[in-house]
Amino acid sequence: MPTTTHEDHHDHKPQGFLNRWVFSTNHKDIGTLYLVFALLMFFIGGSMAMIIRAELFMPGMQLVQPEFFNQMTTVHALVMVFGAVMPAFVGFANWMIPLMIGAPDMALPRMNNWSFWILPFAFSMLVSTLFMDGGAPAGGWTLYPPLVLQTGSSFIFAMFAIHMLGISSIMGAINVIATILNMRAPGMTLLRMPLFVWTWLITAFLLIAVMPVLAGAVTMLITDRFFLTSFFNAAGGGDPVLFQHIFWFFGHPEVYIMILPAFGIISEIIPTFARKPLFGYTSMVYASASIAFLSFIVWAHHMFTVGMPLGGEIYFMLATMMISIPTGVKVFNWISTMWRGSMTFETPMLFALGFVVLFTIGGFSGLMLAIVPADFQYHDTYFVVAHFHYVLVTGSVFALMAGTYYWLPKWTGHMYNERLGKWHFWLSVVFVNLLFFPQHYLGLAGMPRRIPDYSPQFADFNMLSSIGGFAFGLTQFMFVYIVWKCVRGGETATSRVWEGARGLEWTVASPAPFHTFETPPDIDDSMVAHGDHL
Amino acid sequence: MSHSKDAYYVPHGTKWPIVGSIGMLLLMVGASNWLNGNGNAKYMFYAGLLTLIFMMFGWFGLVIRESQQGMYNDQVGVSFRMGMVWFIFSEVMFFAVFFGTLFYTRMLVMPWLGGEGAGAATGEYLWSGFDAVWPNNGPANIGGDFDIIPAFDVPLLNTLILLTSGFTITMAHWALKKANQKGLVIWMALTVLLGCLFLYFQAEEYIHAYTELGLTMGSGIYGSTFFMLTGFHGFHVTLGTIMLFVIMIRSAKGHFSEENHFAFEGVAWYWHFVDVVWLGLFVFVYVL
Ligand code: HEM
Ligand SMILES: [Cu+2]
Repeated sequence: MPTTTHEDHHDHKPQGFLNRWVFSTNHKDIGTLYLVFALLMFFIGGSMAMIIRAELFMPGMQLVQPEFFNQMTTVHALVMVFGAVMPAFVGFANWMIPLMIGAPDMALPRMNNWSFWILPFAFSMLVSTLFMDGGAPAGGWTLYPPLVLQTGSSFIFAMFAIHMLGISSIMGAINVIATILNMRAPGMTLLRMPLFVWTWLITAFLLIAVMPVLAGAVTMLITDRFFLTSFFNAAGGGDPVLFQHIFWFFGHPEVYIMILPAFGIISEIIPTFARKPLFGYTSMVYASASIAFLSFIVWAHHMFTVGMPLGGEIYFMLATMMISIPTGVKVFNWISTMWRGSMTFETPMLFALGFVVLFTIGGFSGLMLAIVPADFQYHDTYFVVAHFHYVLVTGSVFALMAGTYYWLPKWTGHMYNERLGKWHFWLSVVFVNLLFFPQHYLGLAGMPRRIPDYSPQFADFNMLSSIGGFAFGLTQFMFVYIVWKCVRGGETATSRVWEGARGLEWTVASPAPFHTFETPPDIDDSMVAHGDHL
Repeated sequence: MSHSKDAYYVPHGTKWPIVGSIGMLLLMVGASNWLNGNGNAKYMFYAGLLTLIFMMFGWFGLVIRESQQGMYNDQVGVSFRMGMVWFIFSEVMFFAVFFGTLFYTRMLVMPWLGGEGAGAATGEYLWSGFDAVWPNNGPANIGGDFDIIPAFDVPLLNTLILLTSGFTITMAHWALKKANQKGLVIWMALTVLLGCLFLYFQAEEYIHAYTELGLTMGSGIYGSTFFMLTGFHGFHVTLGTIMLFVIMIRSAKGHFSEENHFAFEGVAWYWHFVDVVWLGLFVFVYVL
C-alpha cells in the first residue's frame, strides 16, 4: 500500500498567527481550533460541575448560595452542550470528513472559519453573565418561562449568546452537508462512505432543522420579556407549556445531534481493532436515519408530568420506546462486528468498548423514563441526571476520547503514550461510574435535581458520587497531558497507524499534510472502510 | 453528483469572517445593554450593524471578484447552491415555529382556557366567563380591545403584489438565460419596485393597526402571533428587496452570464421562499 498519495507535496502553511489561525480556510486548522476550544470549554464546564458536586458532598448548605448553585447547573449544561460536546464533534467533522471522502477541504472554507470564530465571542458573552448583577441565568438550561423571564440583566446576554451559537451551528451544518454531497471523490458512492460521514450527514440535517426552532423559542422569550407579547402568558391567551413543546422539539433531536456522530466514531473504531469489516453496514445507515426521523416525534417524553391529555402521554411513550429498536440494531451490530474478530485493546478500543456497555446502560434508563407511570416518579429526580450523564458522558464524551486517541497519530504524526492512555481509560471508567451510578439510586429514592441541599438519607450516595466526580475531573488532566506530549513528540506514526485500519484517511501521511487530496484520489475497494460489498 | 476534473478552488484566508464576528458581538452586546435600559449602548449596536454591513460588502465583493476572474468551477457553484438551499430550509424551520405557535394557541390553548378538556374546573375557577373565540387577547384582555385587519383589503393587494413579483423575477431569469441584458435589468427593477410597494403597504397597515385599530404587539396572543409572523416576514421582504436591488445593479454591470449566475438564482430562490411564506400568512393569519 503506498503510504502517501502526495509525496511531492509541500505544505503552504500561511505565515504568522493571524494568517494561520484567525483567517484560516484550512479544514485541519479549523478542526484543531474547534477541538482546542471544546477542550477548554470542557474544563470550564467541568469546574462548574466540581462546584456542584462540592456543594452536594454533604447535606446542608456549605459552600455556595442557592442562587449561585442554580447558576452553576444552568451554565454547566449550556457550556457542556453547546461549548464542549457539539464543537468537539464539529472539530472531528472538519478534520476527518474531507480526509474520509477524498476532498481537498470543506465545501465552503470561509464560512467554515466564520462558524468557528463566532463561538469564542458567543461564549465570552455567555460566561460573562456570571459576573453581572444578579448573576448568570439560573432557571436551568431548558430556559422554561416564566422562571427564566425573571432572570436579571444577564437574561438578554444569554439569549443573544444562544442566538450566536445557533448561527454558528447552522453554518457549520450547511458546510458539512455541502461537503458530503458535493465533494466526494469519484467512486466514493453514498453507500461506501464511512459511517462517521453518514452519521454526520444525518446530524447536520438535524442541526439545520432544529437550531432555528431553538432560535424561534428564544426569540419569543425575548419579545415576552421586552416587547409586551404574551406567547407564554396564559392571561394573554398564551401558554407556558407551549414553550416546553417548542424547546423539546429542538431538545430531543439535539440529544441525537450529540450522540449520532459518537455512533459514527465508534463504528469506525470497532472494525479496526476487531480486524473485521463493520457488521451490517447498510443497516447501520438505515438505523441512524430512522433514529433521526424518530427523534422528531418523541419530544414530549420530557413533559409527561406537565398535564398533557392521556392520548398524548400514550403516544409519546410508545414513540419513544420505538427508538430502542434502531438503537438496539446498532448495539447488536457493534457486538457482531467483534464476534470472532482478532481483537486487540488499544486505548481507542477500550473507550469504544466502554462506550458500548455504558451507553447501553443509559439507553436502558432512558427506556425506564419513557414509561409514563414510572416517569411520574422519576421525572426531575437524580435518576434523570444519571440517565443523561450515562448517554452524554460515557456516551458522547467517551466517543470523543476514543476518537481522539484513534486519530491523534494521524493528526500529530506521533503515537501517544499507550500505557498512560490505558491508565486514563481505566481511571475514567471507574470514577465515572462511581460518579453517576449512585445517582440512579438517589433518583429512585426521590432526590430532586437542581436543588443545592437534600435530606440526610441521601448523604452516603451523594458523597460517593462527589468523590467519583472529583476523581473523574482530575483524571481528565491526564488526557491533556497525553495529548500535549503526543503533539510535542513520541514514536513516529506510520500512515496506516493501526494494523486493521481501513479508509482513505489512512492513505495519507502522518501527520496529514496541510493540503490533502487536491486532486481527487482514485478509489479502489482496498481503500474504503465500509460498504455493502465488503 | 458531478465531479469536474479540474481542482476545486480552496480559497485563501480572509479577515472578513473575524470582522463579521466582531460586528456580531458589538451588535449583540449593544442590543443587550440597550434593552437593559442603557441608552448609550445603541451606539454600540449601530457600530455592530455598520461593521456587519462593511463585512458583507467586503466578503461578497471578494467573492464576486474571484468569480469574475473565473476561479470557480462548476463544483464550487454546486456548493454555493447547496449552501443557499439549506439556508432557506433553516429559514423555513424558523417560520415553522411561529406558525406552529399560531396553530397551537388557536387549536389547543384557546379551548383549554375556555374550560374544555381535563382542566375544565381550572377554566371555570380562574377565568369563568372567558369567551375563547379567535381573535383573542386572553382572559385578562391584555392590551385592551382591538380590531383586526380584514383579509380582503390591503392584505389581498399585497398578496397580488408578491405573486406578481414572483412572475417578474421569473421573467428576469428568462431574459438572463436569453442573454437579454436590458430585459433582465427592467424585470429586476420591476421586482424591486413591487417589493418596495409591498413594504409600503405593510408599513401603512402597521401604522393603521397601532394608531386606529388598537392592535399592537401587546394585544395578547393575537397581537403577539400577528406581529411576530408578519413582522419577521416583513423583515425578510426587506432583506430580499435589498438583495434584489444589489442583483439589479450587478445585472446592469453585466456580472451575469447565461451559465454563471449563482447570485441571481440564490436571490430568486430566497424571494420565492418569502413569497410562499406570505401565502401561508395570508391564509392562516388573515383569512382563517
Ligand atoms: C435509548 C434512547 C433514549 C430514551 C428512551 C430516552 C428517554 C428519555 C426520557 C423519557 C427523558 C425525560 C426524563 C424526565 O425528564 O423525566 C430523557 C431525558 C434526557 N435524555 Fe434521554 N433517552 C434516550 C437517549 C438519550 C441520548 C442518546 C441522549 C444524549 C446523548 C439523551 C439525553 C437526555 C437528556 C440530556 C435528558 C434530560 C434533559 C433535561 O431534562 O435536562 N437521552 N431521556
Ligand atoms: Cu428526549
